[in-house]
Amino acid sequence: MTTEATPDTVLSVRDLTIHLPRGGDRPHAVRHISFDIHAGEVTCLIGESGSGKSVISQCVMGLLPSGLGVDSGTVELLGENLLAAPPGRLRSLRGTRMAMVFQEPTTALNPVMTCGAQIDELLVQHTDMDAATRRARIIEIFIRVRLPDPPRIYASYPHQLSGGQRQRICIAMATVLRPALLICDEPTTALDVTTQAEILRLIDEMRRETGTAVLFITHDFGVVADIADQVMVLRLGEAVEQGSRDAVFGQPREAYTRMLLAAVPPAVPAPRPPAEIGAVVVLASHLDKTYGASGWWRRSQPVYAVRDVSFQLRAGETLGIVGESGSGKSTVARYLARLHDTNGGSIEVGGHDYARLDRTAQSALRRKIQIVFQDPYRSLNPRRTVGDSIVEGPLNFGVSEAQAWQRAAQLMEQVHLPAHALKRYPNEFSGGQRQRICIARALACEPEILIADEAVSALDVSVQAQILKLLDEIKAAHKFSLLFITHDLRVAGQICDRVLVMHRGQIVEEGSVHRVLADPQHAYTRSLIDSLPGRHFDFGNALLETV
Amino acid sequence: MTPARTSITPPQDDPVKSPAPRALNRSLLRRVVRNTLVRIGVGALLAVMALGLCAPWLGTVDPNTGDFMNINVVPGTSGEFTLFSGESVPHIYWMGSDSIGRDIYSRLLYGTRVSLAIGAQVAIVAVLAGTLIGILSGYFRQLDGPLMRLMDAVMAIPGILMAVALVSFWRGGMATVVFSIAITEIPRVARLVRSVVLSVRDEAYVEAARTLDTPTHKILWFHILPNAIAPLIVQATFICAAAILVEATLSFLGIGLPADVPTWGSVMAGGRVQFTERPDVVLFPGLFLAVTVLAINLLGDGLRDTLDPKFNKRAGP
Repeated sequence: MTTEATPDTVLSVRDLTIHLPRGGDRPHAVRHISFDIHAGEVTCLIGESGSGKSVISQCVMGLLPSGLGVDSGTVELLGENLLAAPPGRLRSLRGTRMAMVFQEPTTALNPVMTCGAQIDELLVQHTDMDAATRRARIIEIFIRVRLPDPPRIYASYPHQLSGGQRQRICIAMATVLRPALLICDEPTTALDVTTQAEILRLIDEMRRETGTAVLFITHDFGVVADIADQVMVLRLGEAVEQGSRDAVFGQPREAYTRMLLAAVPPAVPAPRPPAEIGAVVVLASHLDKTYGASGWWRRSQPVYAVRDVSFQLRAGETLGIVGESGSGKSTVARYLARLHDTNGGSIEVGGHDYARLDRTAQSALRRKIQIVFQDPYRSLNPRRTVGDSIVEGPLNFGVSEAQAWQRAAQLMEQVHLPAHALKRYPNEFSGGQRQRICIARALACEPEILIADEAVSALDVSVQAQILKLLDEIKAAHKFSLLFITHDLRVAGQICDRVLVMHRGQIVEEGSVHRVLADPQHAYTRSLIDSLPGRHFDFGNALLETV
Repeated sequence: MTPARTSITPPQDDPVKSPAPRALNRSLLRRVVRNTLVRIGVGALLAVMALGLCAPWLGTVDPNTGDFMNINVVPGTSGEFTLFSGESVPHIYWMGSDSIGRDIYSRLLYGTRVSLAIGAQVAIVAVLAGTLIGILSGYFRQLDGPLMRLMDAVMAIPGILMAVALVSFWRGGMATVVFSIAITEIPRVARLVRSVVLSVRDEAYVEAARTLDTPTHKILWFHILPNAIAPLIVQATFICAAAILVEATLSFLGIGLPADVPTWGSVMAGGRVQFTERPDVVLFPGLFLAVTVLAINLLGDGLRDTLDPKFNKRAGP
């Protein structure tokens, strides 16, 4: 995908150093960053959270948050120094010469203006076209970003569109004035994998057609493998490695790059040794969950979140439920954890129909099913110490205070955290550490079934690999069944024995993880696998031995 | 994307940072204490409180005894005051006397006690009752409709009118006044608490507590209610200020507290008929009222600036 376009330098960053406010964990957000982007070329900045990649894009756009400032270096857009440009000049450059696409299209668009009007506003500001020309131009760009029925979209409000369509609007808005530089800050992170594939293809097309230079920021190596010409790997604000994509991915020079590449799960997993599988512990039959209450006067059409879902979970097994957002996978997990009721069907846990048990028996059963949530920043009460959170369950189940604390200390060591950290508050821990604490909290109840609801989705790839390893390790030690909910087939391939693929509330495919990934039967599973970013690039497997 | 969250070293090698435990609350307290509005408000409020508490030692006489020899004395006159026992003491009428010879300065200082007591009690009653209703209607969905419609009904009646009606319905007295004023403030507190409960009840840590089989009352007490404390403190100060105003209005109208309780409102009511000759009879209590209410409102504004969840968001280390 290397480009033969004329080597016109669009953006040139030289020796850029930006300082953080006093009292930060390091003095500089980024240090001594230099790179060039040529017309028609995609340069990816890749790094984990806190690496400073977004700060670079904010600096180029002249949108640095207060408290951050440039210490040294130059940023030149088509030969014009942006750091010396007055605010008025920067404003007119934004939109005409450079434009940005953000991560979350929902918040990037104004909810009270129609999509057409928002782009029209931009044209009014930067051009002197008349109303009819502007409208024609907007319809034309909507067609180019492949939005269906452009006149309807023109008059639609953002909330009437899907996430992927909203991101297309953002791209249309960014490219309508044909900027020389397009900055994409994690533009596909909030999207489903199939939508992500379409958006990446669109960005690639736009760059080919118009010769726009693209600065692409992401944490996802798969995306980089698909789209990048040049790559810069950032770590704590410093450029660890930079070069062409093939050089950086094919022969990484630095240990850090190799570690990151090895942490990316491979598209087809290595076959796992068959797990010791015991009796059926969960038997779910014909689960239904509908939304849409019937009113007094009219009965609204019920929306099925889950429809006729049946599955079994056996002792010692890791079962994955894979699906995109809205597929109903979390609804199933939450029903099993008794966080809400279904409208139909039954769940038997250890041979007992949950719904028919009395209060005490339900409570005893509840202890056996624990859950680890997606967002480590919200799943611990910020006002209680980590220790208080971990002993809460055992105390509820009648364990004495001394015993509970003693066990909490052991559990902390099992999840590789120091026991003295029990007295600290969650805000003193990183995301990965918090997720370890959540696992310890779940284990404190000695569960027979652990549900991991997107438990690694919010984590950086290297931390994600460690948490997956920890889950596997702890599962071997504690011998529970694991129900692993994820949107990421690759992650499922790392840890699951068996997977269910869910689509629109129904199970469309079921089988051993190796079989499903290597030889998908259902069209939807195939489309999921085809959409995996960087699927042609063999990540983990090829590089594992080099680490 | 906060630049300062995760390090790339494996977490087991990550030293767990060690700021002092409860650093969160201490720094918050420091911010509250440093706020200028809070300082001004607290300062003025403490001064008013001191006046009320130290009234017996600040050159006052019995606020309810009228000296028929000294009717309608102008401010600053020095003379003698005849006590109830018939004994005469030297006395300076700093703010003059009213039409039955009572010392206005003494009445205002003792009235401070009444106003502050009513403000504090109303705030406590309204916050407690409103919190209970708010929690019930926010956490238990089936109670939400009935309770909130009841609150809407209470809110639809003008507060002062409601208080007047309730006070004239029951026997006059402190408890009646407190209760009547508090009722009109309860819906505001209930709505506030309900909104906090609704935003927190589906947080992952609350759901985690439910999977741990934590009893509902513990979930409410440990996981949900702490989120409402900061906005409740702010709301309580505003209720306190409003209650002082309403009480003054009731006293001015001559209902509520018995006639033998000196209040700012009753002093103003006494000065109403002779406003043209003696505007100071209305002016002095008005000044006390204005300063007190302003002080409490400044305190409330300062607390809102520092305790508002918007500035209090802590997203990880």
